[in-house]
Amino acid sequence: MTNKTTARDALGPADKRILAGIHFMNGDEAIAEGAIAAGCKFFAAYPITPQSEIAERMARRLPQVGGVFIQMEDELGAMAAVIGAAWGGVKAMTATSGPGFSLMMENIGLAVMTETPCVVVNVQRGAPSTGLPTLVGQGDMMQARWGSHGHYEIIALSPWSPQEAFDLTVKAFALSERFRVPVLIMTDEVVGHMYERVEIPEEVPVAQRRKPKVPPEEFLPYKPEEDLVPPMACAGEGYRVHVTGLTHDERGYPAMDPDTHDKLVRRLCEKILRYRSEFTWYEEIMLEDAEVAVVSYGISSRIALGGVELAREKGIKAGLLRLITVWPFPDEAVRRVAERVKGLVVVEINLGQIAREVERASRGIVPIQGVFHAGGRIHTPEEVLAGIEEVLKCRQ
Amino acid sequence: MPAVKPKSKPRPEVLPGVRHPMEKYLRTDRLPHIWCSGCGLGIALSSFLYAIEELGIDPNKVAVVSGIGCSGRFAGYVKMDSYHTTHGRAIPFAVGLKLANPDLNVVVFSGDGDLFAIGGNHFIHAARRNADITVLCVNNFNYGMTGGQLGPTTPPEARTTTSPYGNFEHPFNLVYLAASAGATYVARWTTLHARRLKESIKEALQHPGFNFIEIISPCPTNFGRRNRLRDALDEMRYYADKAVIQHGVDPAGAEVVPGKEFIVGKFVDVRKPTYLELYRKKTEELAARFG
Ligand SMILES: Cc1ncc(C[n+]2csc(CCOP(=O)(O)OP(=O)(O)O)c2C)c(N)n1
Repeated sequence: MTNKTTARDALGPADKRILAGIHFMNGDEAIAEGAIAAGCKFFAAYPITPQSEIAERMARRLPQVGGVFIQMEDELGAMAAVIGAAWGGVKAMTATSGPGFSLMMENIGLAVMTETPCVVVNVQRGAPSTGLPTLVGQGDMMQARWGSHGHYEIIALSPWSPQEAFDLTVKAFALSERFRVPVLIMTDEVVGHMYERVEIPEEVPVAQRRKPKVPPEEFLPYKPEEDLVPPMACAGEGYRVHVTGLTHDERGYPAMDPDTHDKLVRRLCEKILRYRSEFTWYEEIMLEDAEVAVVSYGISSRIALGGVELAREKGIKAGLLRLITVWPFPDEAVRRVAERVKGLVVVEINLGQIAREVERASRGIVPIQGVFHAGGRIHTPEEVLAGIEEVLKCRQ
Repeated sequence: MPAVKPKSKPRPEVLPGVRHPMEKYLRTDRLPHIWCSGCGLGIALSSFLYAIEELGIDPNKVAVVSGIGCSGRFAGYVKMDSYHTTHGRAIPFAVGLKLANPDLNVVVFSGDGDLFAIGGNHFIHAARRNADITVLCVNNFNYGMTGGQLGPTTPPEARTTTSPYGNFEHPFNLVYLAASAGATYVARWTTLHARRLKESIKEALQHPGFNFIEIISPCPTNFGRRNRLRDALDEMRYYADKAVIQHGVDPAGAEVVPGKEFIVGKFVDVRKPTYLELYRKKTEELAARFG
């Protein structure tokens, strides 16, 4: 079955949560479809290039599936509305690009602290500031990590194709419910605007929210279960919970003491770190016999693959470690690869953000060559090849 | 056995054995509250609770959303689903909450700084959309929580910690702002008018769309003390003296000017399709067109 997804056709029957079939769509649209297929019922955002196609598609699609789209007055409001909607009992998402991502930071912290499941998409463009609104960048990777104030853990996924944008959006919703945490999709302008084949399966799992198992009198809204995640009682369910961004105890009540604070912050981190191996996704390509490993993610990893192929043609044993989960950083995967090769090359559209993590994770046991570009264009495979050759020189 | 040291301070019993009649709506295990004596927030809170009680609204279907500030602590004391969000963002949070679960009666309780300085943009847009929420703003003419700084409602020449020589900025007239942004129910009371305030909250809770009540409150610790209204009672006496009850007045002329009489009452009470009503209409049209 082939579904054309022209604007008109997309206005199909209201029960069309999953547009099963083969589509030709861009990464932004694939994210929107992934969200709707995953059961997202609320989307709040403010338009920004190169995210607008997500918002536009959500505006068209959500009313068809009984959901709500609202264009907010700014990204501060969009992020706040998403958190509110999540507490109203639905799956909620927002999408933006760099400037809006900056505005969302405070409330991303609120979502972390209040353990609110939600999905935040950043279609990265050239930055800092207004930068290159229509052109690609990957400069928000560190902001994704710790852009909101305070110490916390977050989950961030980075797709390299529209198909993966769809798949990861579905997974992002599942992770957000599983860990009660905002999950970030750190994509970029090129993946967002690139049209490719996207296959939407007949069935897409809808993650269930963890609900209280005891009556309201016995319920402690921030008492975690064994896996450190507490069940969530949403508004109107009779549990009358108090939810605050202040440091709080298991009752959800503010508690202004260092012990409660330490306990809470550690749990918020630990609930993710303890289970990170379950969702540390990466792909190893041609690494078995590799002497040089290229580490990359998102659109850059696709170019990096081209560079690796060029190197192989020249007889250089190169391979690719493609990061899909970027945060928490896949330390172990990087270290294991570093132990096997003579050098690492990091390709990214910034001047070395993930490269720092690669250096940290590999503990400096091999030289690292950065192939960096500040933004506005993707790399060429030749630049990646040059990086591979360069790092081999270091060794000699 | 060694004596166990109680973790929290013993609760002071002002009238031994006497309980607050609205206690069932309060998180009594969080009392005493953090508000200063003489503050009007307690009156605003009890007016709200009496309104819920008298309307017979199921408290399980009421959600209270606050921002940050003394007024923002409101959410922490009501025994309902209550959300203490970020500074300025109570309204968009409430908008999301209401759209996700339209069965809820969503009430925003916050301060003048929270709603009109850092959160001003959300206020005007929620009013413009006629979003289905009720916003209760406790206006104490300054930033109470952070130590009494200048706010968007601080009157001319008033002294605050950041206007030590007297305020020279023009303040907002909140009821005018709300009305012109599109609010369909707009009223102003002071915490002296507890009963009228309660009746007004009852009206707002039943009125569809975006409802706004400004609740003028004393802040003896931070505002009164620096502005020749040393005691809360002085400020209450001042309101008794200067507040003129009048309904249906044009809010444009209803500024609160120090030393002059000011209007309290209901300014706007009109019916206009709400955000949710319009959204539903749209989706029904869509369903009819495309099945
Ligand atoms: C983003 C941000 N900026 C500043 C603050 C500090 N802050 C906390 S409460 C407050 C002012 C509150 O004033 P108002 O809303 O009038 O409430 P009141 O305390 O007077 O009831 C400020 C500035 C904050 N919490 N967050």
